[in-house]
Amino acid sequence: MNQAISKHTHEHEHHHDTFKLLGFWIFLVTDCIIFACLFAVYAVLRGHTDGDLTGKELFEIKGFTAETFILLTSSFTSGLATLALHKGKKAQLINWLIVTVVLGLAFVGLEVSEFRTMVHEGASISTNGFLSAFFTLVGTHGLHVSFGLIWMTAVILQIRRHGINEKVKEKVTIVGLYWHFLDVVWIFIYTVVYLMGVM
Amino acid sequence: MGEKSKGFFVTGDPLIYGADVAIIVTLLGIIIFLTVFKKWGWLWKEWFTTVDHKRIGIMYLVSSLLMLFRGGVDALLMRLQLAAPNTHFLTSQHYNEIFTTHGTIMILFMAMPFMFALFNIVIPLQIGARDVAYPFLNALSFWLFFFGALLFNLSFVVGGSPDAGWLSYPPLSEIAGSPGPGQNFYIWGIQISGIGSLATGINFLVTILKMRAPGMKLMKMPLFSWSVLSSCITIIFAFPVLTVTLALLFVDRYLGAHIFTADSGNPMMYVNLIWMWGHPEVYIVVLPAFGIYSEIVSTFSKKKIFGYKSMVFSMMIISILGYFTWVHHFFTMGAGADVNTFFAITTMAIGIPTGVKIFNWLFTMFRGRITISQPMLWTIAFIPCFVVGGATGVMLAIAPADYQYHNSYFLIAHFHQTLIGGVVFGYLAGLYYWWPKMFGFKLNERLGKWAFWTWNIGFYVCFMPQYALGFMGMTRRVYTYGWDMGWAPFNMVSTVGAFLMGIGFIFQAWQILYSIKNGEKDVTGDPWNGRTLEWSIPSPAPLYNFAVIPEVKHDDDWWETKKAMADSQYKKEPPQYEPIHMPKQSGIPFIMSACWFVVGFGFTFGWSYVGLAGLLGVGLCLLARSFQQETDYYIPVDEVRKTEASLGRVG
Ligand code: HEM
Ligand SMILES: [Cu+2]
Repeated sequence: MNQAISKHTHEHEHHHDTFKLLGFWIFLVTDCIIFACLFAVYAVLRGHTDGDLTGKELFEIKGFTAETFILLTSSFTSGLATLALHKGKKAQLINWLIVTVVLGLAFVGLEVSEFRTMVHEGASISTNGFLSAFFTLVGTHGLHVSFGLIWMTAVILQIRRHGINEKVKEKVTIVGLYWHFLDVVWIFIYTVVYLMGVM
Repeated sequence: MGEKSKGFFVTGDPLIYGADVAIIVTLLGIIIFLTVFKKWGWLWKEWFTTVDHKRIGIMYLVSSLLMLFRGGVDALLMRLQLAAPNTHFLTSQHYNEIFTTHGTIMILFMAMPFMFALFNIVIPLQIGARDVAYPFLNALSFWLFFFGALLFNLSFVVGGSPDAGWLSYPPLSEIAGSPGPGQNFYIWGIQISGIGSLATGINFLVTILKMRAPGMKLMKMPLFSWSVLSSCITIIFAFPVLTVTLALLFVDRYLGAHIFTADSGNPMMYVNLIWMWGHPEVYIVVLPAFGIYSEIVSTFSKKKIFGYKSMVFSMMIISILGYFTWVHHFFTMGAGADVNTFFAITTMAIGIPTGVKIFNWLFTMFRGRITISQPMLWTIAFIPCFVVGGATGVMLAIAPADYQYHNSYFLIAHFHQTLIGGVVFGYLAGLYYWWPKMFGFKLNERLGKWAFWTWNIGFYVCFMPQYALGFMGMTRRVYTYGWDMGWAPFNMVSTVGAFLMGIGFIFQAWQILYSIKNGEKDVTGDPWNGRTLEWSIPSPAPLYNFAVIPEVKHDDDWWETKKAMADSQYKKEPPQYEPIHMPKQSGIPFIMSACWFVVGFGFTFGWSYVGLAGLLGVGLCLLARSFQQETDYYIPVDEVRKTEASLGRVG
């Protein structure tokens, strides 16, 4: 055990940046497990409609297709933001992030109105097992998106204030990763809940 | 909820009034003490806002010992009630509440924080790091645990305790079966601290993967660090399941959903989910204990651990297999012979890597120059205890036979034998072993021996009769029984044993207080002639741990360094200090966790606005943190040099 050469201490600090990203990947693993459980619960309770309306009667193809389209586009624009980040173009970066946030808002808005219509049709979370599982699964995703919107807005404000520095770079990367992750989860919801529901 | 949860405050039982008075007196005492001695500022600056892993570790330790006390008092109350037939010391309702809080507290608010205490105190020192990967998150984890535990314990005086068992199966735990706030306390208390545990799992995994001293390859890493690594991986895969399960139960209770209800939902799904967390959980807590035993056996036999690679391998196997055994907790569900067979075999398979570890410990001791110190005593006591606990576990794993043992006192004896003999003995061994590193003095030997023997004799006297009681048909969670059952003598003996363990705990409290005044000082930083890096620095370690990050060449590196230093040819190079990069302290973890407490408290009583206000606070704290720019600082070289000199480590 000798004295470490001074190089190490310096390396150490650079590591701290990649640490955050690694930690965030692991967090995403845990979030994946959360969604996996919710999907499993949904699969078990899918048939527990107790003679009430089923997915086929409740889901509106137009609505969930629009939601899917909007969320996928927002994932694309968040990718464009990352590109602008790497090119160091602050204004472009901010603009793409704003577009992403606006699309995300539209998605959440559509989802809320979809939920409201369903509740008006007498299909609420307390109606039966199937709907409980539906609302918790889709609602958890929606809450994740809403949280991401606030987070992204905070990042936008920070870019405006401090410009593009190492810290900001890391934050944009991480929030972008989160956004893509939610997109992937949505694709599963789209397939397992909506498509298989209306088929 | 019986007679006592009508109002906000729990009333109707003299035991509870007594406790109320005790709590108020203690609280007032603390407040007066802090005010008179002007310690509020000190508390805030040195402890509440610290991000130093060593201090966080100590706070975990203190909390877990307090919770061991509370869980232990619960246990003694139950044993008193069961000591003789037809006792009317506790009502059935009160008994239900006590076994629920006992089990929950012992696992989630005693074992988990005790384990995190050791993670925090040891891991950075053992891998040659200056802190954990995310010091801020680490503080947040602690305060989440703290406020979660506080919320749970509050149920004792306001609202009423949960009473549906430590895993709260529905439909009993649903709103129809448990209408009061008790069950909500359970959900939110565990949920809040559980998020902290998950974060700790991520934190220490990254710490171990990324922050080892240069030269410390994974396969040169001490076994305790390996055990923490495997435990963290298990946390990462298991705790999210707990989070979901409790959240869904709350959705059922709060929004009237039907996920686990008996009518439109599926209660057995809850049982499956909760054990998908619950079984890995027992490995989460026992793996680090295995790591502790490995360190201790090797140190006090003055030998390298026997079969290092097989030790690592078996821990990894255990953490994977541990994920595929959950159904053994409910073979009686009726999943069918094929499913039960699968889970019986995986359960028994875990015995193999565990057996390998036992043999490795024995072979390490074989022909070693053994010193019987306090840590070693607990380690030696662990081995036979865990062998018996493991053997009865294999008996329980035989699915058809389990139809007989299921939920009997045989099971109670089995899991206490592994949890006390494996987990608690291990953590206590670790506590004795690393205590000098934490506080700079040793714990008194003589009192320690008294504690050791009362604990151990008490353990066997308490739990061996329970195996017999199980065979005689006594089921768990019964609050009383008649003379005609023939269970009286064994129960009486068992209660005597429980009180012996209680005396053991008192000896330990006495031992700690006595040693604070009279304990032998550890001036060398290496009181046990240790082998790993934590023993190469002063006790207690300075704020930055290592003035210069060590370069690791061997396994048991410090041992090899000491050998090299004994050589007359050894030349020590003067240390080259550099400014040290450290995280700044922060009050946000405390405030944010307090906000979570408000969230939990609000939703527990169905006061949605309070809960939402709490959530708003949490959000604001997150934003405040996100907007913070300067989160670290440097300790200048001069200060490092001065500190090292004052610790007697002149370069
Ligand atoms: C100090 C010695 C201890 C004694 C005397 C003791 C005694 C008891 C008793 C009497 C019960 C209730 C049995 C029943 O009525 O079903 C019980 C349950 C339980 N104990 Fe302990 N215990 C001790 C330590 C521990 C420790 C250290 C742990 C965990 C680390 C633990 C975990 C549990 C759990 C999980 C339950 C099940 C609770 C339930 O049925 O929901 N105990 N214990
Ligand atoms: Cu198990």
